[in-house]
Amino acid sequence: MRIFDPHVHMTSRTTDDYQRMHAAGVRAVVEPAFWLGQPRTNVGSFLDYFDALLGWEPYRAAQYGIHHHCALALNPKEANDPRCAGVLSELPRYLLKESVVAVGEVGYDSMTAAEERVFEAQLALAQENDLPVLVHTPHRDKAAGTRRTLDVVRAAGLPPGRVLIDHLNEMTVGMVADSGCWMGFSIYPDTKMDPDRMVALLSEYGTERMLVNSAADWGRSDPLKTREVADAMLAAGFDADDVDQVLWRNPVAFYGQSGRLDLETGSEAGPDYAGNTIKRG
Amino acid sequence: MTEPAQEWLAQAIRQIEADPYAIHRLFPQAERRGGPGARRALLVAARGHHAVIRGLYEAGDSGERLAILTALHELDLDGAAVGLVEDALRTNDARLVAAALGPYGSAWLDDHSFRQGVLKCVFMSIPLAAVAELDRRFDAELARMLSDYAAELRAAGRPVPRDVLERC
Repeated sequence: MRIFDPHVHMTSRTTDDYQRMHAAGVRAVVEPAFWLGQPRTNVGSFLDYFDALLGWEPYRAAQYGIHHHCALALNPKEANDPRCAGVLSELPRYLLKESVVAVGEVGYDSMTAAEERVFEAQLALAQENDLPVLVHTPHRDKAAGTRRTLDVVRAAGLPPGRVLIDHLNEMTVGMVADSGCWMGFSIYPDTKMDPDRMVALLSEYGTERMLVNSAADWGRSDPLKTREVADAMLAAGFDADDVDQVLWRNPVAFYGQSGRLDLETGSEAGPDYAGNTIKRG
Repeated sequence: MTEPAQEWLAQAIRQIEADPYAIHRLFPQAERRGGPGARRALLVAARGHHAVIRGLYEAGDSGERLAILTALHELDLDGAAVGLVEDALRTNDARLVAAALGPYGSAWLDDHSFRQGVLKCVFMSIPLAAVAELDRRFDAELARMLSDYAAELRAAGRPVPRDVLERC
């Protein structure tokens, strides 16, 4: 079984996680830029973070046989801090990079005017750079936030096929299915979605345009949730091809629209890297 | 190389020859748009422009930095880029560390930094064959450092790499 986790914050995870993910079948990840537990207060913090997503993290992933790409953006929450606004003018040079396969995560957190300006500006950046977009939906007031998200995406004139709306649940999946956008689901131990509810949505809505992710980060989360969904799908009567579509081919098709998804070179763990520690000098 | 790639590369080189700062926008997309080896060709077009190459390295991702480190000795920089090599030697990326000890690093690093770089290769399982002109730069102090490291490995019951054994 091959698994592509289309949304996971590996920078917050350990090398043990990479090892366990590889053992579970994960061979590719996309890491979208987001907030850390501690709010950032200046542009330089973002640039070092972006550099890590383009340098250290793919290098670390490759040592465990996992392809690592990223999505870059100023995230919704920190879009509210004027000290971080300068990130927007740095983004164009970053969006040219080889392993950037989308703009993201963008969207709403508290649905403020500042969030909306930054969201719209980054949808425009995605169009200018011919990149798909990963859109976060808010955890508070989710249904209203998702509806407004779809309005903003529609008004920006982006083809729905180039937009992935994430963190959906039973309340929000229907409107996104109707919009033509791709549908993302984050599987968490306690909150968001769980594997059995995910399987129920797959039974109801089918496997087209559906993506499943762990969204694992620094909070209570688990990077092996993608595999749990695959196993739950098989147990519920989906076949191996359905599992491959949801957990591999759909994310490949979505991020492949960037023209920069490289799943051939660079991630095979060589004999020197077979140990369980990262190479250090 | 396909025709559009050749065309992209030829045009990019002309732009850089007219304005070296144009490389900032062109370099990240060069391999994608201009085919394999395109990054090196763009660097050669900007050769001699120390500040441009330094800025490009500082804004580069790992792949871009690797391309720069590998080409440094062809870029007419004299010793002006030794800071980039020292930066690469501070990373934990074996590809960058190995490239830092290519022909340029070997020509311009001071003795202390060169010896530390070689020892770092050993720590990162980078074969010493990756170090350019190791024979010319090898000295008694580096031999002592390698032999102390070999003793440390033996004390821990770990194997001593063959290329270290040969040098101490």
